[in-house]
Amino acid sequence: MAEKAIDPLHQFEIVRLIPAKIGNLDVSFTNASLWMVIAIAAVTVFLIGGMRQRALVPGRWQSMAELSYEFIAGMIQDNVGSSGKKFFPFIFTLFMFILFGNMMGMVPYSFTFTSHIIVTFAMAFVVFIGVTIVGFVMHGAHFLSFFVPKGVPKIMLLLMVPIEVLSYLTRPVSLSIRLFANMMAGHTMLKVFAAFTVMLGIFGVAPLAINVALTGFEFLVAFLQAYVFTVLTCIYLNDAIHLH
Amino acid sequence: MATEPPPPSLDELERRLKQARPEQVGAGADAADRPRAMGMAFRVSVELVSALAVGVGLGWLIDYGLGTGPWGMVVMFFFGAAAGMLNVYRVVEGLGFGRWSKGPAATKEEDRGERG
Repeated sequence: MAEKAIDPLHQFEIVRLIPAKIGNLDVSFTNASLWMVIAIAAVTVFLIGGMRQRALVPGRWQSMAELSYEFIAGMIQDNVGSSGKKFFPFIFTLFMFILFGNMMGMVPYSFTFTSHIIVTFAMAFVVFIGVTIVGFVMHGAHFLSFFVPKGVPKIMLLLMVPIEVLSYLTRPVSLSIRLFANMMAGHTMLKVFAAFTVMLGIFGVAPLAINVALTGFEFLVAFLQAYVFTVLTCIYLNDAIHLH
Repeated sequence: MATEPPPPSLDELERRLKQARPEQVGAGADAADRPRAMGMAFRVSVELVSALAVGVGLGWLIDYGLGTGPWGMVVMFFFGAAAGMLNVYRVVEGLGFGRWSKGPAATKEEDRGERG
């Protein structure tokens, strides 16, 4: 029992709920898939349910839905400008999906799918490929000038262009690691302190107090990381649309 | 009552307020900024490490494909490190700590004009 309580990584275990295979490909419906479906359902209910009334003076629910819309619309306006408007559906979906994934991970006994690097990396890679395609569609081959810094002597370009390309290739990696590491570290820490609380008996009050503070902090991180992921997507999009 | 000194307080209060206000604003801003500062520190370190990892990974891939011994990895390690530092510089510059920037708002304004 005690040994089981001290395994803080147990919460990240993937469990096959409905095993399935196509050829050699494992396409089982896992607990991660289940929580993604739940997140999408929750976002859908939140937005459609909130906007059902279409009241001129919004109620609480409707005003929350409107707030989330305006938050992302403002973010795009600030970071990309009005030419970013047509990417609103994508960025809004991304934000709501990550936010709900992070937030629902805070519910006890739930599963945080954003704490798995493959999930965050897949999202970051979609952003990366999408932004690159947008850049090439809008500027054609001229987009390659993105990798050529201005005002640099010709001979230095031999050094600078590979560095710039590498710096560009880093984007999906840093984007995914940031979200995944934050979520995983936070949840592991919560579990570790929870285990201390159980193990220390009466003195467990101290780690319990820390855990209360950490839980609050985790909610902040859950929101902040969803925000950071989206705001960086906006910044990358801005780079692709308005070449420097 | 009337014998008491006339309110000396207004000037005095003003002076004390002036003295106290920056302190309080500073303290409040510090407490509010702490999570953001921590997020920023984390962002910077992730930026540095991931660029290095991408560089080394790419170098390994080049070696694997071309069989060029350790050289691809060695060279790409340094390119990765340079790219990481460039990334960190960009992040920090965007915040207004850069050498030539005039704060986040000013840079943004400037960028808009330049790009638009």
